[in-house]
Amino acid sequence: MEGERRASPARGERAGGGAPPSGSSGSSAPPPPLEVLDLDEDEDDLEVFSKDASLMDMNSFSPLMPTSPLSMINQIKFEDEPELKDLFITVDEPESHVTTIETFITYRIVTKTSRGEFDASEFEVRRRYQDFLWLKGKLEEAHPTLIIPPLPEKFIVKGMVERFNDDFIETRRKALHKFLNRIADHPTLTFNEDFKVFLTAQAWELSSHKKQGPGLLSRMGQTARAVASSLRGVKNRPEEFMDMNNFIETFSQKINLIDKISQRIYKEERDYFEEMKEYGPVHILWSASEEVLVDSLKGIASCIDQCGKATEKRMFGLSETLLPVVHEYVLYSEMLMGVMKRRDQIQAELDSKVEALTYKKADTDLLTEEIGKLEDKVECANNAMKADWERWKQQMQSDIKSAFTDLAEENVSYYEQCLATWESFLTSQTNRHLEEASEEHL
Amino acid sequence: MEQAPSGMVRQLLPAPQEPLGRADAEPEAAAGEEAERELAEGPADRTMTENNFWLKKIEISVSEAEKRTGRNAMNMQETYTAYLIETRSVEHSDGQSALTDSLWRRYSEFELLRNYLLVFYPHVVVPPLPEKRAEFVWHKLSADNMDPDFVERRRIGLENFLLRLASHPILCRDKIFYLFLTQEGNWKETVNETGFQLKADSRLKALNATFRVKNPDKRFTELKHYSDELQSVISHLLRVRARVADRLYGVYKVHGNYGRVFSEWSAIEKEMGDGLQSAGHHMDVYAASIDDILEDEEHYADQLKEYLFYAEALRAVCRKHELMQYDLEMAAQDLASKKQQCEELATGTVRTFSLKGMTTKLFGQETPEQREARIKVLEEQISEGEQQLKSKNLEGREFVKNAWADIERFKEQKNHDLKEALISYAVMQISMCKKGIQVWTNAKECFSKM
Repeated sequence: MEGERRASPARGERAGGGAPPSGSSGSSAPPPPLEVLDLDEDEDDLEVFSKDASLMDMNSFSPLMPTSPLSMINQIKFEDEPELKDLFITVDEPESHVTTIETFITYRIVTKTSRGEFDASEFEVRRRYQDFLWLKGKLEEAHPTLIIPPLPEKFIVKGMVERFNDDFIETRRKALHKFLNRIADHPTLTFNEDFKVFLTAQAWELSSHKKQGPGLLSRMGQTARAVASSLRGVKNRPEEFMDMNNFIETFSQKINLIDKISQRIYKEERDYFEEMKEYGPVHILWSASEEVLVDSLKGIASCIDQCGKATEKRMFGLSETLLPVVHEYVLYSEMLMGVMKRRDQIQAELDSKVEALTYKKADTDLLTEEIGKLEDKVECANNAMKADWERWKQQMQSDIKSAFTDLAEENVSYYEQCLATWESFLTSQTNRHLEEASEEHL
Repeated sequence: MEQAPSGMVRQLLPAPQEPLGRADAEPEAAAGEEAERELAEGPADRTMTENNFWLKKIEISVSEAEKRTGRNAMNMQETYTAYLIETRSVEHSDGQSALTDSLWRRYSEFELLRNYLLVFYPHVVVPPLPEKRAEFVWHKLSADNMDPDFVERRRIGLENFLLRLASHPILCRDKIFYLFLTQEGNWKETVNETGFQLKADSRLKALNATFRVKNPDKRFTELKHYSDELQSVISHLLRVRARVADRLYGVYKVHGNYGRVFSEWSAIEKEMGDGLQSAGHHMDVYAASIDDILEDEEHYADQLKEYLFYAEALRAVCRKHELMQYDLEMAAQDLASKKQQCEELATGTVRTFSLKGMTTKLFGQETPEQREARIKVLEEQISEGEQQLKSKNLEGREFVKNAWADIERFKEQKNHDLKEALISYAVMQISMCKKGIQVWTNAKECFSKM
């Protein structure tokens, strides 16, 4: 069977791994096209109220524990080169805020740094989801062809009763933590000004800073042009970007499938665990009617219960390591497609100007100058993207490898635990057998 | 073709030559002794006189199953499965076995054999047959009687049934059983000629009908209780087990999808490709491994099912005892009432109601001659009744003694077999865990090389 793929099993429908879906993940509302900001009740018109109400002002500008960032370097473990890391961010303490208009959650962001450009070495601020959305938008604006880390979805439509149940908040918190740390680890994004403001500004400072960017209408205008020109960019895409695009498309397909499969495994394991909960006690029930068999039955019940606990642990491991990683890369795959689009757009701008030059006879000097600028722009964008692509691929490989290695380790550990339980039961039974046998001989 | 799950063909030790009647039989009427032997062994013409059949070690196996078509009683075509029963005698000296008999039987003939045994050995816990239709099925298993896996498990079950009969100290000597193994044609007619259907107590079938017994035997009441509990708890266990199997199947099979997707993904990866591909292969192996695991578990479930059905056999013995007790009490009651009637007639007092008494009152006294005649008839009936009661009592006591002996034998067998089954379950789980460790260790290695 080495290297051969089995045909899709007849029971494919059980796995939910039937026809591969299109790029978007099935479980969330379709992600907004990156050029358009999602107009939601949360958005801008409510900021007026939130600015006035000091209810939301959870910002404290107090430096925290006196530990110096330098000493922290030795304490904390992370993925990138530990010696070079000088920006530490944590996201924790979700808090619910209720106003007459809305309810929302803020998260505490703690930043510790030794960088000179920061005014202090420690910061603590509170941010809500829409602040993160704003940050992401700004990063995409400033670096259209860099691979910006993905944000967790706005909310999951399927299977959610309300936005703010504990599991959802915790999952989101972890994802937001990852988001900020990924930015901090990115060689370019880490020095972004908006990022710094996000980490350090008080609530009112942030609000006023936000208003400085290009207005909503101008952003919408960009969108219309973007959609129109993106098609053109695709036609003239250089080969290396064609390859990249093919990769992105296939990767997106596969990672989505893996996400579905992994979620399904979690569900099946949970269902299995539920059934096991009843299985053990049946043996206890039986033992109540028996005399000779009591110990064996009770022993089996105990083994089943222990295996049940091991299953629970395995499930937990799955939800802690594999599922979030796979899901992040589902979001990344969408991000990548957006990045490719933006690159294509920039190319399209150039191409349209070049086309215009061939038809127009007047203003050729102006056009040529514009074309020169755009050619630079395209070259920059392409180089940035290529470099970031390589970096991203390394990161992806490392994360996937690590997540699946952990999965395998969890399973090995699970089976080892169960094995130990059953083996000790067996030993106790056979020992008794021998005891009874020797008694008979006496 | 596998043997019974116990791993080996059970060998029958030579049966004791002396009849299994009790040496300490009460010195009652000769009829009593006859009844005693009949109960213990079965009627004289039922047991085997050809003891040399059992002197040699016998191996019985149900070695094959075959689909057949034939015509049923209503001359309609039907498909059924026939099973090949082979009997071998093993020579003591060299241990070689020679095929002595081989014939084909279908499930309905096994049923006939068992029904016959139930009638003629009411004090014996008669081994049950494997289920007629597949029950406690989890989703993958087919409930179809023609499904090859079901047929295979049934073959093993039927073999087990015959081996149980052969190792039962009383049942093994039954002639009809012997003929079942040796006489293909005409066997059905021979069984029917025993008239067992007529002898069968139809009340035994009506399991839900209650017969109020004034002095129930506490041991049998407890036993009936136990058999109800056993049946209920094993059913419950089998149901939950089937659901657990279903879920476990799901967990394993979903992992198989990783295999397919990893393989497709590996096509676009350079450094990761090999690791992904080989890890995917291990995911396939993992997903496939559940089939064998659950098949083994099915054999375990069959072992439990046997005792589920044994619970019914236990209850049948209790039931038989209950009916005997009931008949005894009815007979005693009848006798007592006749005696009272007789007494009244003799003394002239009328306490009991009788039609004759009423009419006498209404239409005038009967003559002394008439009264004498009636007394005489009653006295005859009373004498007969007393005889019957005596023999019923004896029958009852013998039944209890023999039944209880078989129940003790059964209990030991049950404890031994179920303990072994539970141990074998643990062994299965251990094997499953070891396979899991191996597959995931291999997968881990592949992942870490990515």
